[in-house]
Amino acid sequence: MSLALSAGSLGGVSTTTATSDAGARTGRLRTGFRSLLDAAVTPLSVDDLLDHFAPLRTGAAAGLQGRIVSVHKETADAATLVIKPGRDWAGHIPGQYVRVGIDVDGIRLWRTYSLTHGPRRDGNISITVKAIPGGAVSQHLVREARAGQMVQLAQAEGDFVLTPPVAGRRQKLLLVTAGSGITPVIGMLRNLYSRNEADARAAYDIVLVHSAMKRDEVIFGAELRAHAEAGRLRLVERHTDTDGLLTTADLEAEVPDLAERTAYACGPAGLLDTLEAFYDDRRLTLHTERFRPTVVDLDAEGGTLTFAGASATTVETDGSVPILDAAESAGVLMPSGCRMGICMGCVLPMKSGAVRDLRTGELTVAVPGETHPDGVKIQTCISAAAGDCTLDH
Amino acid sequence: MTTVTNKADNPIAHLSPEQIEALGAELDAIRAEVLEARGEKDAAYIRKMVDIQRKLELASRATLLVSIFPPAWVAGTVGLSVAKILENMEIGHNVMHGQWDWMRDPKIHSTTWEWDNASTADGWKHSHNEVHHTYTNIVGKDNDLGYGIMRVDEEQRWYPLYLAQPLWNFINACFFEYGIAAYDLELGRNLRTPKEKRSEKFKSDLAKTLKKIRKQATKDYVVNPALALPTGSFLPALAANFTANVVRNLWSHSVIMCGHFPEGVETFELKSIPEKETRGEWYLRQMLGSANISGSKLMHIMTGNLSHQIEHHLFPDLPSSRYAEVAPKVQAVFAKYGLNYHSAPLPQQVYSAWHRVVRLSFPNGWLATTNAKNLPSQLKLLYAMTTADKRKRRVMQRLLESAAAKKEMVKAA
Repeated sequence: MSLALSAGSLGGVSTTTATSDAGARTGRLRTGFRSLLDAAVTPLSVDDLLDHFAPLRTGAAAGLQGRIVSVHKETADAATLVIKPGRDWAGHIPGQYVRVGIDVDGIRLWRTYSLTHGPRRDGNISITVKAIPGGAVSQHLVREARAGQMVQLAQAEGDFVLTPPVAGRRQKLLLVTAGSGITPVIGMLRNLYSRNEADARAAYDIVLVHSAMKRDEVIFGAELRAHAEAGRLRLVERHTDTDGLLTTADLEAEVPDLAERTAYACGPAGLLDTLEAFYDDRRLTLHTERFRPTVVDLDAEGGTLTFAGASATTVETDGSVPILDAAESAGVLMPSGCRMGICMGCVLPMKSGAVRDLRTGELTVAVPGETHPDGVKIQTCISAAAGDCTLDH
Repeated sequence: MTTVTNKADNPIAHLSPEQIEALGAELDAIRAEVLEARGEKDAAYIRKMVDIQRKLELASRATLLVSIFPPAWVAGTVGLSVAKILENMEIGHNVMHGQWDWMRDPKIHSTTWEWDNASTADGWKHSHNEVHHTYTNIVGKDNDLGYGIMRVDEEQRWYPLYLAQPLWNFINACFFEYGIAAYDLELGRNLRTPKEKRSEKFKSDLAKTLKKIRKQATKDYVVNPALALPTGSFLPALAANFTANVVRNLWSHSVIMCGHFPEGVETFELKSIPEKETRGEWYLRQMLGSANISGSKLMHIMTGNLSHQIEHHLFPDLPSSRYAEVAPKVQAVFAKYGLNYHSAPLPQQVYSAWHRVVRLSFPNGWLATTNAKNLPSQLKLLYAMTTADKRKRRVMQRLLESAAAKKEMVKAA
């Protein structure tokens, strides 16, 4: 894939050389015209204004966005959102995930979701979300999201993808998923069987072990069973309410040729930890995808402040001292202002961790991959560390 | 007008320290209610406001491309004036206060916003958010109080130069954005410092401000008129941009004067402010040092909700769209603690603020003792005071003050 890409851009280079003068002139003219228009609307840019009319165009000032095209229920508490991404969307490989920023009660929250389709003909992407009890974003996406609403997007990421087919050899795969862990896998399957089914059958021999609470809570249940009936894969469906939690012994019993299969697993941390230990013992490779790498301890007070930017320092602090004071006492040169939470002169981005507002006790949490990629901006003069925090400064 | 602690009838003398802290707790509770309720509706409000402002500005500038036609000139100029006012007041000022930071939208955030004004966002955030909002109405510490060029309090000594202060104030109003930029830079103080002794920070801030002014002027007076050139509208478009800037300046100057200048708004002495001012004491100073403008919803929006100056000073980081609903609760706290809640319609407040500017441009007591009949003798006295040396002037000042005090007593009786 990367080979094909570089060949394409090489071809592009050679054509540009032939007409370089004219091209450069047009380019200069366009840049000149653009800076003239920017000068006419400063301190904004033309892009800032165009965002109000065409937010999905190339080069949007607010970054990559998407418009929700449709929302449909998968189970009682899971839904699939089909999203038309902006023109800067660079595409994805099935199995990858995307960071989505959505305004919940006016606050932009970022979460990561697996893409549940391969690249589609209509250019849309989809995510499937299971509403977690108390989950601000998942509840919002499943119950409140409507067609026409806008979301922020980051580019697709992740290396939980199938190795490309090798001509003349049938790859043996084992896919182990639980709950919403099916989402990256359904993207892989849809991609394989929506294109050239005969090729896909020749390239892969797939066993899918999927565990869910109950039969009617299996996301994509009907679709998975249809794949199994058509003989595209062997499906081992387990329901915790009747079969109990999936154990490694169950897995070995269900999949006797486990050692010969390239393994992929996605699901809750407990399952992945168990599987990783099991595969390590046997010196076998396991590809995993974890949804929530960081757990925030909501009761923590104080912690280690890490200044990850130019300051490059760590400071120990307790839960009663503003971060600003703690850092200054430790000799860090901090931006500051009114020191009472009014002037916003002390705001710094927090990359990870949690802080507590000393006036209200309110917690602000930054989780890499979930909150904004540049961090969550916090007022250091009225915030105290609630656990370890990393600030960009 | 005299600083609170030097007044005969100190308006806060009746409050015990415990009452002041209780008052603070009540205001904290009002603030907490808004934080609790703040959400989707508020976010939709500011986004809508930004959307309206940008489309209005774009439409107005498009109209000015054919401003050779008088109706287009009028429509474009009115539209551009309103757009600039909205951008500076309801949007820029409030976004830079961090009122919308809670949305975590990097495009509407105090750390990223730059406004359509000669002063830079960074300079403004320092002089306004940090100095003015923290040291509100402390004479000599709050630059908003007369911008360092005016006499705003009886306790400041009178010099003949202050006679020109109404004119000064009017010129400052017309070119207010440059006035703001100058006082963000503390230009007066820095220019008095010998060149080689000026701080590096001042030099870099000055360079940034000059760059900002250049870009702003290029936009309004070169690029936009030039774009109108094909229809022969260069000069009308230039005039329209100039007019819109002056209208915005006059309007924002008036609104800001109404916030802290009307007669009856208190000022404070630096030495009377405790080293560690409590939350309650700080609240109290904000309550006494601000005045509101009453009026319609449209008027509130056009003033950037600075018509709710009292609420804004108590809660500078709450969304401006919430001030109207907290105002009655705040007013109830004023009433409960026997404090004066200053609120009046715009014309009245503007008059009151200008009255104070004019009154203080004369020596203390001069305006109060002047009437139509004694005008010639009063003018003679003023001339004498203007030309007298320091010592004589002080004697005449004392006589004038005692005459004014006598008149006051007669009136009271």
